[in-house]
Amino acid sequence: MNFPILSSLILLPTIGALFLFFIKEKEGDNTTIKYVSLFTTIVNFLISIYLWIGFDQSTSSFQFLEDRTWIEGFINYKVGVDGISILFIILTTFITPLCIISVNNSIKNRLRDFLIAILIMESFMIGVFCALDLVVFYLFFEAGLIPMFLIIGIWGGARRVYSAFKFFLYTLLGSVLMLVAIISIYWITGTTDVVQLYESGIDVKYQNLLWLAFFSSFAVKTPMWPVHTWLPDAHVEAPTAGSVLLAAILLKMAGYGFIRFSLGLFPVASEVFTPLIYTLSVIAIIFTSLIALMQEDMKKLIAYSSVAHMGFVTLGIFTLQQQGIEGSIIQMISHGLVSAALFLTVGVIYDRMHSRLISTYGGLVSVIPKYSILFMLFALASLGLPGTSGFIGEFLILMGAFKDNFLVAVIASIGVILGAAYMLWLYKRVVFGKLLNEDLKKILDLNRSEYFILSCLAAPILFFGFYPDPLINTIEVSVTDLINMHNTNIANK
Amino acid sequence: MENLNLILPEIFISLSIMFLLILGVFKNNSSKITFNLSLFAILITTIITFNETFSVTRETLFNESVVIDSMSSLMKIITLIGGFLVLVISSTYLKTFKIYNIEYPVLILSSILGMMVMISSNDLIVFYMGLELQSLALYVLATYNRDQLKSSEAGLKYFVLSALSSGLLLYGCSLVYGFSGSTNFDIISNQLNSEEYVLTFGIVFILVGLAFKISAVPFHMWAPDVYEGSPTTVTLFFTIVPKVAALTVFIRFLYVPFLNLIDQWQMIIVFLSIASMVFGAVAAIGQTNIKRLIAYSSIGHIGYTLAGLATASNEGIQSSVIYISIYVVMNLALFSCLLMLRRKDQYYEDIDDLSGLSKNHPLLSLCLLLILFSLAGIPPLAGFFAKFYVFKAVLEQSMYFLAIVGLLSTVIAAFYYLRIIKIMYFDKEKDKYDTEHSLWLKFSLTVSTILILVYFIFPSQLIEVVSRINII
Repeated sequence: MNFPILSSLILLPTIGALFLFFIKEKEGDNTTIKYVSLFTTIVNFLISIYLWIGFDQSTSSFQFLEDRTWIEGFINYKVGVDGISILFIILTTFITPLCIISVNNSIKNRLRDFLIAILIMESFMIGVFCALDLVVFYLFFEAGLIPMFLIIGIWGGARRVYSAFKFFLYTLLGSVLMLVAIISIYWITGTTDVVQLYESGIDVKYQNLLWLAFFSSFAVKTPMWPVHTWLPDAHVEAPTAGSVLLAAILLKMAGYGFIRFSLGLFPVASEVFTPLIYTLSVIAIIFTSLIALMQEDMKKLIAYSSVAHMGFVTLGIFTLQQQGIEGSIIQMISHGLVSAALFLTVGVIYDRMHSRLISTYGGLVSVIPKYSILFMLFALASLGLPGTSGFIGEFLILMGAFKDNFLVAVIASIGVILGAAYMLWLYKRVVFGKLLNEDLKKILDLNRSEYFILSCLAAPILFFGFYPDPLINTIEVSVTDLINMHNTNIANK
Repeated sequence: MENLNLILPEIFISLSIMFLLILGVFKNNSSKITFNLSLFAILITTIITFNETFSVTRETLFNESVVIDSMSSLMKIITLIGGFLVLVISSTYLKTFKIYNIEYPVLILSSILGMMVMISSNDLIVFYMGLELQSLALYVLATYNRDQLKSSEAGLKYFVLSALSSGLLLYGCSLVYGFSGSTNFDIISNQLNSEEYVLTFGIVFILVGLAFKISAVPFHMWAPDVYEGSPTTVTLFFTIVPKVAALTVFIRFLYVPFLNLIDQWQMIIVFLSIASMVFGAVAAIGQTNIKRLIAYSSIGHIGYTLAGLATASNEGIQSSVIYISIYVVMNLALFSCLLMLRRKDQYYEDIDDLSGLSKNHPLLSLCLLLILFSLAGIPPLAGFFAKFYVFKAVLEQSMYFLAIVGLLSTVIAAFYYLRIIKIMYFDKEKDKYDTEHSLWLKFSLTVSTILILVYFIFPSQLIEVVSRINII
């Protein structure tokens, strides 16, 4: 067996967290812990880049497989990546160091505990994306609740307790049904190994119920309308780095779960429930876009825009077209970058003014031009302007949707217009207009670390906007084979 | 000639009890030495149990009235280790309340003896004898802090209700005897058949009595009061050791004499299990005293162990045993934390006393955090696996309703565990607690927390040990 590169990706942040735990903290001096955590996450990022380079794009089978007996005769610790999951792993390892740099400005107390929570969170998130056993997947999926609960609850805003509880209980409630489904799958088929399950398939008569159980978990996590209400609360109250992790990576777990498990394991049921997903997605796109228009609070606005964007993602996945699924994956990656960037831009002015209300601001362009330019880029990427990664995703999704269902695609296109409306209006109110608030005149432009973080995010957004080939090449074979497998399963039923 | 080696642990522990009593009578100020000697006695008994009985698959003694098999030896070892740890972390608490007397270890030893007799009983009379021995010792232990009103009240309540349940149990036993003509479990098992409807009454009475002992809903009323009133170390004892013994007897009754009557009792167990899980979760939400909260939470946990029993399969029994072992470790850790909440010779047991603990005592609160998440059943901690095995066994029998209700009640239960975490981590801090604790207390907290935390790395070992239990 080769070097266990995926396990080291999963374990490295935890080891870093253990280091942090044992480092003696000097009063007022946080440099050591910051550098240790930064170093860990950057090494992790480099490993994941190495993973991408070593990845063979011409096959859809799982690579870098590790398979160890974990519970004798029952569960194997099995991890591996294919074209779909590798991008999410890179997204995770890319976003986490940026989060850690960003805490410089926002987290004042108990920095060490915060960094430990973030690092452990990173381990779990990477674990989710490479788990190839349902139980192992569930383990990582659920374990992420613990650090996130603490991140929101300890370092959050005024209503942090309410939000942390809501986040935890909503997600847990969704997930327990998935656990029932996972154990049932074990008794129906005799294994929880995803690769074996892909080959053997699950009896059609069980698929609908099992699909619904998985759906209950993923729908909460995505979040889909009408179980999205935890998201605005959690986003608004979480500290900036927490919001970034939530929006950029945690939400993607569900989209990934839909592709990997709902489509892969229950092809017939996926076909049956497509209308349900379409309806919920379209409602999410239109309804939450309208809600986003009404928001006074910037973070809440971005949170609702996330719900709308995830609506596009679920729509794209269940078109079951090549373009739709590829578009969904690219949309998720792009949304990971863009929403992270937007939360960070809001964080920047929040750190200076301690207000998230749109009405506090106005006319920022004349005092902090650098900031305003980057903010514009991210706002445009969020609304899907050609030349940014947001465009590629939305465009492919809509293409897939038009192939499958004309009406749904038309309604979803209206969502694109609404998306442009709320983002541009937000931008207009915050950045343009007259400078009325006297305090704003003293506001400082981006400092070095903020500038660095935001540029790091801007670069891939633009790069993949003009040249999405690296992304598409990576996922293409996997998606094609997924759809082929799906079609043969449908044909055989 | 019977092979007396098999009951050597019981013989040794009875002799130690007598010796310690004599020592206590004739030697002044002997509490310290009795404590140490009784610890030593438990340790030796554990070793004897391990050596003499652990490899035995199934042997019977005394006209088949005592059975030694892999379940009984495993459960005895859990009981003994639990008793040892309870005794070892009790001393500071007892000294604070000036009740550091020789009776305490002797009572604990005799209740352990009673439980060991119960665990390996294969006969109604032997079982009842063991049950009464442990109950009598427990009544006294509940009132052990006799200068406090609450403790006396707890003991009295426990005595009255427990005596009632013993009465019901005995009546059930007499009915079963009447129909089968024997007190031996194996013979009863062959004699009984489900044609005899009056027999159902006998089974119900026995089940009610046993449900009382493990405080399953709706026979749980005594638990919160007794748990709150008793001295904390005794509460710890109550929450773990007698439950292990009572659960073993529960398994033995259901799967040896009543195995053929499974249609009669399966629904009862399912009901007890669902009621305990749901009630335990809902009723704990409003509690302000940690000990009461633990009482309700332990009612909930008993519900999960019963869910494993309801499956009527070896996997189910094994999963219950795994559950109870993990539960013992979690409760031990939880109470070790509780015993650390001491400031100037006063112990604190309200949830509000935990407020802001994480700022003054980061390590203690980290341990408590892990323990609470584990009790709530969040992966990757040990508590998750306990639930996982139980529901795996439950779903094998396609009992979807039980599994879904059980898992939904974990979500409700998660709420009150989270509430404690919220108070510890999100609220304002209070005064510091003493940081000097006995070595054993620190030891038991560290070891049990680490076990909870790293269980997921080596889950197979426990399964291997437990998988030797094949009752059916």
